[in-house]
Amino acid sequence: MFAIETKDLTRRFGDVVAVEKLSIQVESGEVFGLLGPNGAGKSTTLNMLCTILKPTSGSALVNGLDVDREPNRVRESIGIVFQDPSVDNRLTGRENLEMHAELYGVEKQLALSRIEELLRLVELDFRADDLVKTYSGGMRRRLEIARGLIHHPKVLFLDEPTIGLDPQTRAKIWDYIKRLTVEEEITIILTTHYMDEAELLCDRVGIIDHGKIVALGKPSDLIRDVGEDLATLRIEDNSRASEFDGAPFVRRVYTGESVSLVLNDGGSTLPKLFEYAASKGIKILSIELRRPTLNDVFLHYVGRELRAEHGDGKDRMRLMRRRRGL
Amino acid sequence: MNMRAVKTIWVRELRVHLRDRANVISSVARSVLWLLVFGGGFGAARFSGLEVGYQEFLFPGIIAMSLLFTSIRSGISVIWDREFGFMKEILVSPASRFSIMAGKMLGGSTIAVVEGLIILLLGPLFGIKLSAFGVLACLFFMFLISFSLVSIGLIVSSIMKTFEGFQSIMTFLIMPMFFMSGALFPIDKLPSWMTPIVSLNPLTYGVDALRQILVGVGKYGILFDIFVLSLAAVVTMAGGVRAFRNRE
Repeated sequence: MFAIETKDLTRRFGDVVAVEKLSIQVESGEVFGLLGPNGAGKSTTLNMLCTILKPTSGSALVNGLDVDREPNRVRESIGIVFQDPSVDNRLTGRENLEMHAELYGVEKQLALSRIEELLRLVELDFRADDLVKTYSGGMRRRLEIARGLIHHPKVLFLDEPTIGLDPQTRAKIWDYIKRLTVEEEITIILTTHYMDEAELLCDRVGIIDHGKIVALGKPSDLIRDVGEDLATLRIEDNSRASEFDGAPFVRRVYTGESVSLVLNDGGSTLPKLFEYAASKGIKILSIELRRPTLNDVFLHYVGRELRAEHGDGKDRMRLMRRRRGL
Repeated sequence: MNMRAVKTIWVRELRVHLRDRANVISSVARSVLWLLVFGGGFGAARFSGLEVGYQEFLFPGIIAMSLLFTSIRSGISVIWDREFGFMKEILVSPASRFSIMAGKMLGGSTIAVVEGLIILLLGPLFGIKLSAFGVLACLFFMFLISFSLVSIGLIVSSIMKTFEGFQSIMTFLIMPMFFMSGALFPIDKLPSWMTPIVSLNPLTYGVDALRQILVGVGKYGILFDIFVLSLAAVVTMAGGVRAFRNRE
């Protein structure tokens, strides 16, 4: 059984098709990333899987349960960490967690030990009895992650888990997520537009644009399909650059102020490149190898044009909150 | 209905509200201010045709005012929960919308009644004689009144998207409901335009019932008050549930 299985999942808002005939399958235990520019349909997809939005057509099974027909049972089996803050500032961290356990019908004794365990996991045990009002942005995020896990969900949805956080906090949150995949039997679906995050965390990613999946696979496979290893070198005599064309592992040569070589596989061919240059008597002054990343894959499929941002109320709220440091 | 979820939301409402002592204190202080200043000032001016002193007459009206302000605010606080994202957490939980709404209603009413009770117990300072039966009867009516008022707040919160509109709610809903409920003056010799509004205002019957219990004067029969208040509670609760369901 797949943790997530969608078939022709579609959602329209009036005339706008936000998600169009999306068909994906996510294995149990996988960390699956949904990537895409703003307004591509990531959140709409996530909201349908979490039963917040009803699909216009098509179907989606979460843990084998139909989101349209059994939304309540789907909700019991999933955990959600929203993009926007959703903890109660006027309660303590622990009270927020206890409330969640009550709403999800977790047995009292079990809930108590689970809450302790999770507070330790996200390293909030020492602040558990302070009002959330006094927490930093990163602490709130950690609390939300802990909260999403209380009822032992089989699938955890993370919507932009590290947006707006500083680099240290992001790294911490990545650690927690990685530990989860080891310590809990859980499938994680995350949306992000940070490519480093996706590359680091996800077993597979789906790039979504204009409501459709445009690329799907393991990050390393996608990178290999799209990317090219580029070695940029400075050599003593630039006029000899064209001689690199003769090497079997060099695909293309560009000459400018420096020489750029497109290599088959940068890691293994770099030593060969040195040997080749030595045998020809070309002196290399410096070399820099740039390997492609998921970023290149993303730009390849999605293009470089900027998307029109919608200045809707929600964005304004987010902006306000960020300014207020909430 | 899931009782555990109802209780959870109920407890949360109480906790959040009562934890902020300033909420309760300022609410009680406002009522005392009205009783002292308004009651004292107008009491000295002397109305004709009042069967009891003005301060005694006013006292049940001020309890009703307190219930009105606190209940509607509680209902409207859903906007706050929504704006700060917390509503989303509740709405995606397996708890049914109806349980959540019931919890909100019980929570809001309990807070309103607790504040009302504090004022009620101050009654002897303003010439009110309290009996155990009187207090119990008042508690019953205070809950009945609050149910309608919290529900009205919930309905308003589903129409209003942000808190920016709160001032107009104050001006066009809360103040008129207060002024035209008989809380401040007798309602048997009113200008003709006001009479229909007063009769349609559920708070009128709440004030009337409290006044009969506490000072023994009133316009309608107590059973009629119960009937109208129950009807209002059922209608507004149905509206509240609807408003809550329709929200995505």
